[in-house]
Amino acid sequence: MDKDKFPFILAAGCLGAGAGVLTALGNPGNMGLCLACFIRDTVGALGLHGAAAASYIRPEVCGIVLGSFLLALYRGEFRPKGGSAPLTRFVLGFWAMVGCLMFLGCPLRMVLRLAGGDLNAVAGLAGFAAGIAAGVFFLNRGYSLQRAYKATFLEGSWLSLVQVGLLILLFLHPAFIHFSKNGPGSLHAPVVASLAMGLAAGAAAQRGRLCFVGGIRDWLLFKDGRLLKAFCAIFLGALLSNLLLGAFTGKIFFHLGFEGQPIAHNDALWNALGLGLAGFACLLLGGCPLRQLVLAGEGAADSAAAVLGLAAGSACAHNFGLAASAAGPTLNGKAAVVIGLVITFAIACFNTYGKDRSL
Amino acid sequence: MKKIDARGLSCPEPVLLLRRALVKGEDEYVIIVDNGAAKENCLRYGQYQGYRVEIAAEGEAFELRLFKKEADT
Repeated sequence: MDKDKFPFILAAGCLGAGAGVLTALGNPGNMGLCLACFIRDTVGALGLHGAAAASYIRPEVCGIVLGSFLLALYRGEFRPKGGSAPLTRFVLGFWAMVGCLMFLGCPLRMVLRLAGGDLNAVAGLAGFAAGIAAGVFFLNRGYSLQRAYKATFLEGSWLSLVQVGLLILLFLHPAFIHFSKNGPGSLHAPVVASLAMGLAAGAAAQRGRLCFVGGIRDWLLFKDGRLLKAFCAIFLGALLSNLLLGAFTGKIFFHLGFEGQPIAHNDALWNALGLGLAGFACLLLGGCPLRQLVLAGEGAADSAAAVLGLAAGSACAHNFGLAASAAGPTLNGKAAVVIGLVITFAIACFNTYGKDRSL
Repeated sequence: MKKIDARGLSCPEPVLLLRRALVKGEDEYVIIVDNGAAKENCLRYGQYQGYRVEIAAEGEAFELRLFKKEADT
């Protein structure tokens, strides 16, 4: 097997370690990077949901999109395109976020939680893999959201332009932008460190096509373990940095067990179902939230639609009391995850069996 | 020779189309993709399935030609 020229596994390990460092610099526990939580916080900062403890413009998200955008431009891989079922992608993004906020984290945070010793994430991982397997069932039977077509440079750049605007709002901090005074939203690393880490993560993920859904999917479909190895490298990088940071700072970054984990609950069934929904919906989208941000940076307007769906999902999750908390899942949240599974299943069926097969 | 047009499709769909076609066991295939991820994944899958793969840039797309390797015996 030929080797990648890009030291992809090493970069993935550094990404995991960097996430650990961001936690030491001030980000919430096991949340050096979490696309679900961070998109949710940014949506809160804009006043689109009322969760006062989850509001902050997270520069990591801006950095990931812009890192991908800039590297794609530099390498001639910026390809503005769109038109592949944007509203279906919006809906899938919406339900993926509802699933993530039941678990309390995106697939990347699932890995970071495992690396912090949070065994509740094991149930999440099991559900996540099951959700992906469900999607693979449909992929093998011809599931497709149809072709995307060439778009204008501007159409492919919108999400990146929005990130520039968000960074300006972050620096100016006008009165209409809400930043949490307490809770997870108030915990954050210095802006420069967060932005630098985001840019590096976005560039590395663009170059290496990093995707958590893709890791399990490609192994199930093709027995291709390339992305799965990156998955493991991020885990090991984060684990190592958690242990080293714990040894040097005297604070606790690794705590093995189910109880008392930072920003997590220990309802195994709903952890599994939450990430099961996220895995299923993201598989149908073609990638995890991180991958959607990176693809949007590369010019995919359809992925930008998925990111807007994630944002809308996070606003509704907090406005309607769907998001879980350390106290556990809510009744509304449980109902929403079940509804989300039904809708995602219907989308999978419709785009597998109910379409013109002239492709 | 079988030709597959996978332009506008995102991963893993191009590789799945290729896999479906390779089952027929023809000696030569051409697949056209329009993004880097699809190019790399189809290249890897073709090589893994025992094909020699040549890549040519075609405007903004890539044309991958797959040739069945001669049997060693």
